[in-house]
Amino acid sequence: MILTVESIKPALALACPLIAALLILLSNRRPNLRESWTLIAGLFQFAIILSMAPMILRAQTIEYTLLTGMLPGINFGFKVDAFGLMFAMTSSFLWIIVSIFSIGYMRALQEHAQTRYYFCFALAIFGAVGVALSGNLITMYVFYEILTISTYPLVVHEESPEALFAGRKYLAYLLTSGVFLLAAIALDYSVSGTTDFNPGGHLTLASASRPFLMILFLLFLLGFMKAAYIPCHSWLPTAMVAPTPVSALLHAVAVVKAGVFGIVRIVCYVYGTDTMGELGLGVMLASFAAVTMIGASLFAIAQDNLKKRLAYSTISQLSYIIFGVALLSPMGVTGAMIHIPLHGFMKITLFLCAGSILVASGKKNISEMAGIGRRMPVTMFAFTVGAFGMCGMPATAGFISKWFLGLGALQNGNLIFLAVLLISSLLDVVYFFPIVYTAFFGNAEGMDSNWKGSKRIKEAPLFMIIPLSITALFSIIFYFPNPVSEALLHMANLALSH
Amino acid sequence: MTGFVEHLPILTIVIPLFSAFTILVAGWFNKKSCIFIFWLTLTAQFIMSFIILRRVLIHGPIHYWLGGWKPPWGIELVVDSLNAYILIILLFLSLACAIYSKSNIEHELPGKRVSFYTLFQLLIAGLCGVTLTGDIFNMFVFIEIFSISAYALIAARGKIALKASFTYLILGSIGTCFFILGIGCLYSVTGSLNIHDLSLLLPPFYGNKVVKAAFVFFIVGLSIKMALFPFHTWLPDAHAFAPAEISAMLSGIMIEISTYAFIRVSFSVFTLEFLKLLPVFDILCWVAVAAILMGSVMAITQVNLKRMLAYSSVANMGYIMLAVGISLSAVESPWGGLNPALMHIANHALMKGCLFLAAGAFIYKANLWHITEFRGLARKMPYTCAAFVLAAISMIGIPPSAGFVSKLYIILASIEIKNYFFVAVLLISSLLNLVYFWRVIETMYMKHEEGGHSSHGSHGMREEIPLGMLIPILLLSSLCIVMGIVWLGKIPIPILDQVNLMFGLGKVP
Amino acid sequence: MTEWLISEIFAKYNYWISILLMLIGFYAVITKENLVKKIIGLNIFQTAIFLFYISLGVVKKGTAPIVSDETILKGYQYVNPLPHVLILTAIVVAVATTAVALSLIIRLYEEYGTIEESEILEAIKKEGR
Repeated sequence: MILTVESIKPALALACPLIAALLILLSNRRPNLRESWTLIAGLFQFAIILSMAPMILRAQTIEYTLLTGMLPGINFGFKVDAFGLMFAMTSSFLWIIVSIFSIGYMRALQEHAQTRYYFCFALAIFGAVGVALSGNLITMYVFYEILTISTYPLVVHEESPEALFAGRKYLAYLLTSGVFLLAAIALDYSVSGTTDFNPGGHLTLASASRPFLMILFLLFLLGFMKAAYIPCHSWLPTAMVAPTPVSALLHAVAVVKAGVFGIVRIVCYVYGTDTMGELGLGVMLASFAAVTMIGASLFAIAQDNLKKRLAYSTISQLSYIIFGVALLSPMGVTGAMIHIPLHGFMKITLFLCAGSILVASGKKNISEMAGIGRRMPVTMFAFTVGAFGMCGMPATAGFISKWFLGLGALQNGNLIFLAVLLISSLLDVVYFFPIVYTAFFGNAEGMDSNWKGSKRIKEAPLFMIIPLSITALFSIIFYFPNPVSEALLHMANLALSH
Repeated sequence: MTGFVEHLPILTIVIPLFSAFTILVAGWFNKKSCIFIFWLTLTAQFIMSFIILRRVLIHGPIHYWLGGWKPPWGIELVVDSLNAYILIILLFLSLACAIYSKSNIEHELPGKRVSFYTLFQLLIAGLCGVTLTGDIFNMFVFIEIFSISAYALIAARGKIALKASFTYLILGSIGTCFFILGIGCLYSVTGSLNIHDLSLLLPPFYGNKVVKAAFVFFIVGLSIKMALFPFHTWLPDAHAFAPAEISAMLSGIMIEISTYAFIRVSFSVFTLEFLKLLPVFDILCWVAVAAILMGSVMAITQVNLKRMLAYSSVANMGYIMLAVGISLSAVESPWGGLNPALMHIANHALMKGCLFLAAGAFIYKANLWHITEFRGLARKMPYTCAAFVLAAISMIGIPPSAGFVSKLYIILASIEIKNYFFVAVLLISSLLNLVYFWRVIETMYMKHEEGGHSSHGSHGMREEIPLGMLIPILLLSSLCIVMGIVWLGKIPIPILDQVNLMFGLGKVP
Repeated sequence: MTEWLISEIFAKYNYWISILLMLIGFYAVITKENLVKKIIGLNIFQTAIFLFYISLGVVKKGTAPIVSDETILKGYQYVNPLPHVLILTAIVVAVATTAVALSLIIRLYEEYGTIEESEILEAIKKEGR
């Protein structure tokens, strides 16, 4: 039995980045003050979100209503359950990490329009945490669109023609998907009279005809294009023109995870696993995800640009999550849910490493990185941890989620799905291992010569090294039994209990 | 005290009329005094409109008999929740435009200040008159008063504006001619001109061909005035080349007042039973759909910012008329009846007012008309550009802006009548809005001035507009967002519910 | 059929005349290139409506609506005065519109040196914007 508690904490957690955004605008001319606002807000937000965890672990949900009766039967308000809290915790914790990294990155490269950058970053976190804490689809939609709009200036930050093109593509994909989402929400509301998230869902076969429900699901799927499944994925690699911290937080955690988060919400909390199974949508979705998992890995092998390869890897990994819920088995869903934070930590490590390589050596392509591991040992060691995690090797966090996904596939009883999972893991090794190999064992001669008057390449500033070491450390810690990972697993189990 | 409130409707019309002539006379002696008389009048009117609304909400409609003559012989002013609501929107936008106009007119029409304010005041008097009157012929006279002032105001900039004004004059006159033709037909059948009286006398004649013809004349006449799709040809030029605050008034409220007249004629004169006899409103929906698509597509092809905004107005009139069209069939719910239409009238007034004033600011500061010239503008005019972005976001319908709420309500109403085609059109049009607004935003923020790439990182020269112009723009743009939350909180919904109740709309059939 | 048509036309000839006038005016507004002729067309259009109104008020064998002891005693019928009054207002409005239109034409002539619509449009196109 889940108890509901009224608490203002969700609203406070959201107020932090919003207030920070305003303060950032006001302290336009004072960089130190501006960046400390970001950090303070991040710490506060994380503290508030963390303080909700004990209640959630006691199997309670936290509700807070801002506007009552926005539409009949719908309040504009928040409802924090275990799943939402997991996502919110991940986003807000990684915001702090990435903010520290950003300070080093933006200052080292002397980027322009830094105020705009931090402002939009705070707004984006506002959107992402809002998505995580929303109690119903319409509230979620509001934050989902704020997230889209606020990340646009970050994508086009460079303001080059290439960046502008990427920005247009980004908006074209994501706002079109927003339109589909709005249509889906309106239809859902018209048949069920509610859009609340309930474990077990509010749509049943009695709500509407089968074809209607299937089309509605398709609309929802199109609506969450942020999940970057094939064939709606191409905005993500294009968006990699953004500064690396943006790619790290937004295109490995906040934005894309908001999409996947939405799909999980739809499957488990709007349709419910039972209805999904009866409609046969689970198999359909799982096949969809399987195609993306393998297809994106194949694309990734062909990329030489490190960030693009990571982007395709993200596409593939996101589909693990979709795949997990599509299995509709308890283990699969658990695996999917814990893959959200775990993948977040591992992928952000990889992106931060890519960023620090860029700052320290100016290199973007993998082929130029031969031997860089000897010049930047800390960075490349962290990268290796992240990469091994992606492949699901034991002793890294990635192993846990893959383990659960594998169990889920077995529970589902479909061995083909297990095979897909294994093949895809193998492909992960194929595209990650060469990077690690060239970095440590490649020929480092001549790599210093074409860099800043042939100065010897060194590690990136501490502002960048520390954050990526922390995330790499976490990627390992999660594997070993400890209170944090147990709490995570407990939450994932709670998320589906009625 | 209540006795005084009873007189407020006529005062709202008479005071600006007198003020218009006072401005003219005072302008002979002291040119600077005009603007203050104008502001004072508008502020007084604005306060009065709130008192009227409060009175109407508490005690029901105000009936004011001019000269004490009893209707249907005398002229009557009737204020119910519908026109009290419209009046507030009208006067609020007028006030914003009035504040804006001080600096802008000194710059844009230096020698014509006195006549400008006289005409502006007459325009507002005419608009208030249309809103408040309870007599249909009186409505025609006020329509002509605001139209004639508008013709002159549009032409104020000279050159191409003259041609635009002339085209509008011809089409507008034909529109009002159709309107009096409709009045004539109704008069020949009933012998009455009072709106309330007509609604009582007409029902026995609903089968009469003359009555049906009268309704069609009203529709055609008012469609021209409100620039509904096939009759929109006068609008883009007229709205593009008028002075900024007049463009804002034209797009923000004048065409909406014609929509108000249409709602008044359809629901107060003809009542619901008549509308259910004819499939006019169904046809209207499809015309509105055409207007939405056509207006949006044409807006994409424009290079002149104000013309683009003008075409966007054509599309938005489509939204409003679509909402009016489906009002008959939508059932009891917050989006039932006329709610989405009236909601979008308010929201469109805010958004379009803000956009046109911002466009005027670009012209004021750097004589920029074309979208391609806006490179790097965000660095020079950060506040104006930010306001433009907020209003544009609202136009596109990104939550939680005002535009989002009206879009959501129209979509929910369309779903209610099981017309998924309308839903698709509304969604597509919001994407089209995105295309043409984002092009502007991208140029303003992300592209640099040619040869000015060196300003990378530095802030360049700030060239913001005077505070008097900036405040209304910022006020309107912040309201674009705030109103979204206010609507979601359903604060003004009781007013709209009264309107539905009055017209018998939004009930479970 | 023809009988019905004839009776329809002749019995209500006043309406037909005003419709005819309206169409003539409308035609002029649409087709004439000369701006002044357009305005003349508009005036014909408006006049047609005025005539329509005035003919509405006619009562057969009615006199002017001047009430005196004599007319009351003799039981005269009056024409309906209200349409006349309405049309008086409408005429004022129409005159005002015409005045604005003519002044616009003068200003257009000053700017472009012509009152032919096509030439003005061409000049505007050359000017750009």
